[in-house]
Amino acid sequence: MFPSRFRYEAPHSLDEAISLLHDGGDDVKVLAGGQSLVPMMKLRFASPEMLVDINNVPGLAYHRADQDGTLRIGALCRHADLEFSDLLKGTQPTMAAAAPLVADPLVRNRGTLVGSLCHADPQGDWASVMLALGASVIAQGPNGKRAIPVAEFVTGPFENALAHDEVAVEAVVPQAKGVRSGGYLKLERRVGDFATVGTAVAIEMSGDTVIRAGIALTGVGGATIGCTDAAAALAGQPLTADRIAEAADLAASAAQPKTDHRGSAEYKRQLVRVFVSRILSGSLSTGTAAAAERAA
Amino acid sequence: MTMVYDDLGDEAAAEVPMRRIRFTINGAKKVAEIEPRLLLADLIRRGVGLTGTHRGCDTTNCGACTVLVDGKAIKSCTMLAVQVDGREVTTVEGLASASELHPLQEGFKQEHGLQCGFCTPGMMMAAKALLERNPDPTEEDVRWALSGNLCRCTGYQNIVKSVLWAAEKLRAEA
Repeated sequence: MFPSRFRYEAPHSLDEAISLLHDGGDDVKVLAGGQSLVPMMKLRFASPEMLVDINNVPGLAYHRADQDGTLRIGALCRHADLEFSDLLKGTQPTMAAAAPLVADPLVRNRGTLVGSLCHADPQGDWASVMLALGASVIAQGPNGKRAIPVAEFVTGPFENALAHDEVAVEAVVPQAKGVRSGGYLKLERRVGDFATVGTAVAIEMSGDTVIRAGIALTGVGGATIGCTDAAAALAGQPLTADRIAEAADLAASAAQPKTDHRGSAEYKRQLVRVFVSRILSGSLSTGTAAAAERAA
Repeated sequence: MTMVYDDLGDEAAAEVPMRRIRFTINGAKKVAEIEPRLLLADLIRRGVGLTGTHRGCDTTNCGACTVLVDGKAIKSCTMLAVQVDGREVTTVEGLASASELHPLQEGFKQEHGLQCGFCTPGMMMAAKALLERNPDPTEEDVRWALSGNLCRCTGYQNIVKSVLWAAEKLRAEA
């Protein structure tokens, strides 16, 4: 298989990329990692007239924390960079848990987090992780930059809020107000398969109290699902077994799973409940251990 | 190097957008005139004529087409050939020297790491990237690193043993 014919441009600056997009019209795609776009073009699900390959644009292959803890992930930061990142291991438990579970090791060497958000596949792992973290996407166009919260960035399956002449240049995870905890759990039939269920939980703790919570789901609906009720049940409350059970139930009822070859709707809903509960129980025992250490 | 394309008889065929790229493959410098939609796997197999890189599923699943681009293991059916302009490609043919097999190839022989052999070049290239990053991997590390490569014959046991055999040989040589 091979894609249908297209014009290929590989600019060396963002300005050049944006002006190619601006002049190119609606049928132009940005190529970053290409691990979703190239397969779709080979299957002729996508046949853009032009590809703007941003891999030669310098200064986009980074992930770094500002002094206040705000995390910035550039458009050419590959999944593997995040998988092997000491920065994430120390400061971003939800992202650190998700990075090794994205696709497979070979795809992770090419694919990018920002590209995954743009692709907006309801089966994508990063969209639920970034939604749970309250992250934003920075879009750059002819008139400068704007920040779009992930909740508004993904407008539907395979649809995003970018204008035709905008490039998603960065994803931004806001600074934590408390101590970050949480994780990402995913059930897949084998490595690289679409998630049967993916569950992202990101909380911030101050002592025993949850001061911010985000929960989002992959693979159990027509889009990434943000579990706002479940998050609200945790926020401002001490993290206890009862609160965890309530949040797990609310997340399970927010899921919109369909019965398919990966499992029944009922099974997937139960998995959401178990995953939320498992991640939060991990936070509870880590928190208790930390408190015991402080007391000792 | 010559690439031959189907003449589809339409006007577009008269204006096939060609690009000239320069790249290195297994240490040899190359120049190629290619259409941007050519995939890296096809540049390697049909253009350069190195058929050790296999096309398996052609849908980014199986990893039989794994090669190294600037040292990173990637699926060559899912990268455009035009994107290796200025870069260095290593295929399975780049492993052995003129006189001896690479320890990975020897390991697959010693530990019976293949039956039909179709997945083997991809397995070896993914394993090479792992051993360069981590010369002393555990069995779990090897399984993790090869989790993007499918084998339908062996059940993976002997593939994992082969890679561990090679790791030990490479450490002894170092």
